[in-house]
Amino acid sequence: MNKMTEGMERKIVIPGELIVAGEEYLPGEGTEKNGSEIVALRYGLAEESNHLVKVIALSGVYQPRIGNVVIGKVENITFYGWVISIDAADDAFLPLQEVPKYVSKEGLSEVLDIGDMVVAKIIGVNTRGIDLTIKSRGLERIDDGLVIKINPNKVPRVIGKEGSMINLIKDNSGCNITVGQNGLIWILGKNIEDELLVKKVINFITEKSFISGLTEEVEEWFKNEKGGNK
Amino acid sequence: MKTPRVTANRIDEYLSSGKRFDGRKLNEFREISIETGISKKAEGSARVRIGKTEVLVGIKMDVAAPYPDSPNKGNLMVTSELLPLSSSRFESGPPKFPAIELGRLIDRAIRESKFVDFEKLCIKEGEKVWSIFVDIYSINADGNLVDAAGIGALAALKTAKFPKYDEETGKVIYDEHTDVSVPLSKEIPIVTTIYKIGKSLIVDPTQEEEDACEARVVIGGTAEGTIFSMQKGDAKEISIEEMNKVLELSKESKKNVFSKIEKFLK
Amino acid sequence: MAEGTFKRTDGRGVEEMRPMKAEVGVVPNADGSAMFSFGNTVAIAAVYGPGKMHPQHSQNPEKGTLRCNYNMLSFSVSDRIRPGPSRRSTEISKITEWSLEPALMIKRYPSMVVDVYIHIIQADASTRCAGINAAALALAHAGIPMKGMISSVSIGKLDKQLVVDVDKNEEDWEEGEGATDIPITMTQDGEITHIQLDGKINGEELKQAIELARKATKEIYEVQKKALKGSVDLNKK
Repeated sequence: MNKMTEGMERKIVIPGELIVAGEEYLPGEGTEKNGSEIVALRYGLAEESNHLVKVIALSGVYQPRIGNVVIGKVENITFYGWVISIDAADDAFLPLQEVPKYVSKEGLSEVLDIGDMVVAKIIGVNTRGIDLTIKSRGLERIDDGLVIKINPNKVPRVIGKEGSMINLIKDNSGCNITVGQNGLIWILGKNIEDELLVKKVINFITEKSFISGLTEEVEEWFKNEKGGNK
Repeated sequence: MKTPRVTANRIDEYLSSGKRFDGRKLNEFREISIETGISKKAEGSARVRIGKTEVLVGIKMDVAAPYPDSPNKGNLMVTSELLPLSSSRFESGPPKFPAIELGRLIDRAIRESKFVDFEKLCIKEGEKVWSIFVDIYSINADGNLVDAAGIGALAALKTAKFPKYDEETGKVIYDEHTDVSVPLSKEIPIVTTIYKIGKSLIVDPTQEEEDACEARVVIGGTAEGTIFSMQKGDAKEISIEEMNKVLELSKESKKNVFSKIEKFLK
Repeated sequence: MAEGTFKRTDGRGVEEMRPMKAEVGVVPNADGSAMFSFGNTVAIAAVYGPGKMHPQHSQNPEKGTLRCNYNMLSFSVSDRIRPGPSRRSTEISKITEWSLEPALMIKRYPSMVVDVYIHIIQADASTRCAGINAAALALAHAGIPMKGMISSVSIGKLDKQLVVDVDKNEEDWEEGEGATDIPITMTQDGEITHIQLDGKINGEELKQAIELARKATKEIYEVQKKALKGSVDLNKK
């Protein structure tokens, strides 16, 4: 058996593939333990830290979780609130009570109309569906700027460790950026050129998402982009 | 998800300053690539990519009776399917309007231009003629499927070879293709579409841009400016002045497309 | 049997498959997609979901639903196929679901549906097997949790000779006992998830056919594995 003690190298694995063998390893997300073997249950990037082995998904639809900030589109208005599509398997619902001000039953469309985009937080995931709120700071209707969509699995790369990547992008572009965990991203800048610069760099990140030293690559990218354009 | 309204507004705003999100000019196409002979069982076939948009077009031929009102002419049948494989927006089931329209738009451009010489498809007047089936499938829908389908139909027709026909048994022998091409005229009908977003007119939209578009005009015609077929789509009015611009842009786009696909049509 | 003198129409050895090709990501819009080919048989597949099941009454609250849709492009065969589902394509769609579902951890998606669309672009027999191989790749590519891969191959009996990966000429074999076509699908551990047979065969021969399929699916698995692994480069500059 191929036992590794010095930690395991990152690698792409496919479902059913033996990732690593050894009693010391523990099965994390996207894996299962089979005897002493850790086996992948999905396609992705296998990583190990402190003997915990997990598979980071490269693809797949967004899985809603409580506490996630997401960006959605108002699909319908009911007596009790708004039906919102967040590009997940289920539609989400924003009830009247989860809006920071009093709304009369007639005034729903003034707060959020069909087709409007909104930044919201997930407060419940159950068999009936997904519940949202816009009561906290930073949760609001989107009236201006650009909303783009990326593969939700690439969101952690766009944000970076402790927000390092997204802060780098904000600093270099001067834009306000809200990254929804569902892969929708709201970019608001002083002008469209700045917003498009963000769109472009985010595409760059999603294409190169698994190379090491991505932050340096992005810094370099901004240097070239700015140097080239002016 | 359809492109959000805020984003659509930004697209419009940026277009009015003469610019597009992906850096193209308003009259500029994405990269066009054509691959022919992608399905050996077809009499002719082509894969066309425009940016991330991809269509497959195949030609099948059969011997059938002519229509009573045109006893010495072959038949043409263009159909299209917008496969659910190609976009989450397309559903399974009987073809819906966009798929039916796509087939008809291509059909009319080919038919009205007399690109196919139908009289040469006659085997025996009133009894037997060749039928040509042009079948169009979307593989990845990222805007401007109509123009891609038009290019695909041209390339597939151009490379098609008749199967062998046994006059005695009246059977078509598909396993043996002849080296006879479909009789085509030199007047090549190119289908290009002009899209209206706000006050701007563009060609070859991405899906994002197509979502922001309010009206479109599909025109089949030659690179030299002859027009054979036309259809304004979507419920938004176009001024006469705009229509004049549409015609100019359409002619220019046909020249442009022709220069890119010319080598596949020889 | 297997005297080594048997001549296949294209000169292949009896256990030799046609060249295989596989690629993932061929439909950028889809959540997962793939192409798989055996020689001139080319299949593409795209996966959407898991997503909401419509209509609501077909939702299964116990587990997710795998919904496969197999179709041949009209021009993929000699005689043009009329658009729309046929009895044949409807049956193959269901067979494909049964072939794939044992590998999927579909219980994780109650009331939801995973849609798989399979199209045959060019047909030279074994289209359902190519379709299943493409679909398995597309499902993995879509990040659907799976216990392992699924691979499919058709074993033929031409007169008295067993052969692997039947093409159209062989399917139409008329000499002696004629052609028997046995498409077989297996998990990577060799569990049978699909078997069909049309023709005439005895039990011993069928056992041998299954052994041949086991060997062949291992080869197919390697091609599938390579396609998935090769689509991501960790060291791209």
